[in-house]
Amino acid sequence: MTRIIRLSVLVAAGIAVAGIASAQSNDPLAAAVKARQSHMQLYSANLAVLGGMAQGRMDYDAEAAQAAADNLAALASMSQRFYWVPGSHAGAVEGTRALEVIWTDGGIGAEAEAFSAAVAGMQDAAGGGLDALRAAIGPVGASCGSCHENYRQSNN
Amino acid sequence: MIRWILAACALAVAAGAWVLSGPDPLPEDALDGLVADAANGERVFIAAGCASCHVAPEADAAVAAPVMSGGRRFESQFGTFIAPNISSHPDAGIGAWSDMDIANAVLRGVSPDGAHYYPAFPYTSYFRASAQDIVDLAAHLRTMPADPTPSLDHEIGFPFNIRRTLGLWKLMAGGPEMVLAGDVSPEVARGRHLVEGLGHCAECHTPRNGLGMADYDAWLAGAPEPAGDGRVPAITPDALGWTAFDIAQYLSTGFTPSFDTAGGDMVEVIENTSRLSSEDRDAIAAYLLALPRSGG
Repeated sequence: MTRIIRLSVLVAAGIAVAGIASAQSNDPLAAAVKARQSHMQLYSANLAVLGGMAQGRMDYDAEAAQAAADNLAALASMSQRFYWVPGSHAGAVEGTRALEVIWTDGGIGAEAEAFSAAVAGMQDAAGGGLDALRAAIGPVGASCGSCHENYRQSNN
Repeated sequence: MIRWILAACALAVAAGAWVLSGPDPLPEDALDGLVADAANGERVFIAAGCASCHVAPEADAAVAAPVMSGGRRFESQFGTFIAPNISSHPDAGIGAWSDMDIANAVLRGVSPDGAHYYPAFPYTSYFRASAQDIVDLAAHLRTMPADPTPSLDHEIGFPFNIRRTLGLWKLMAGGPEMVLAGDVSPEVARGRHLVEGLGHCAECHTPRNGLGMADYDAWLAGAPEPAGDGRVPAITPDALGWTAFDIAQYLSTGFTPSFDTAGGDMVEVIENTSRLSSEDRDAIAAYLLALPRSGG
């Protein structure tokens, strides 16, 4: 009997330990990484429409272009403070290429402002014809690249 | 007696090493009959990415006439290299250099006074360029602004600070044969000229051995990021999985086929490739797709 009780305690302890382990895999930093990567995916999905039209991968459609540009503007206007959490950089958290310098060099605010300005330009242009869209996508891509140049680890 | 023989052998080895490590400049007639075309020189300048390294730190390289005053720092496992002034200034820059001086620098990695350059200056790619390219480039460089900023010494420790040893390094490093050998279409040949030569893509995209020499068996198969953080991706056809259109669009816009963008040092590369002709971007794509699969 005592032996069974002992065994049950051990099993319960084991379950508790397993519970802690699974709580760790749900830790807030990992969730933050997932959230910001999802945000980036949404940029990408809308850029695929605008860039796809600019590159001739799909036909120009003013309504769709405007919708994608409006989405980009909405995304750019959202506060991302809850998922760019200090301490969630590459090397500290698995699965992220965000470099620690994001939180230390003070340059990220200007990058965000440049992106918002480029997206606003796209919002004005996207519905106004393919040439206008083509002219507006350069600054958007340049802004993406400017941030990725300094703040994202190179990948394989 | 044996001691004398050993001493004589050591002396012979040392003398041999001294001879082998000497500079190997171009033949005196290498540029004979070539007429400079400064407009093509600007294309060479952009394709070779000269400004990406030689403009002042934080200066914009992607402008019509960048100021090539040098000063950018490049960390490596051998120390820190500092890009020199190659503006048209006669003292601080290369304004007083002859075409032959410039050709020996770019195609042979040898300075006007016969010293070896460090391969941070990617002559191990540039030596696949043509003499015509360099004569054109020289004409273009002379049109660019002069800047009096003095070049700084590299911060390199012993034994790498003995430039003479670079002569042996050059002999071991191989080249300048084309890596994708044999008869190829004119478009692939143009792409090969750009990728293997002027564009010096392999300097980052091909791994190096412990002595910093390219591993030609893993050509463009990806490598550690030179500054030590992350990796430079493989760009062999199977690793990339992109079409010719995808590659050309990436080189033009920086957008990947899934509408992510270039990052890291590739952003500056795109600033150059976006200013090439669309034919040249198509040629680069054709070359990359003509490479053997890396199996990676």
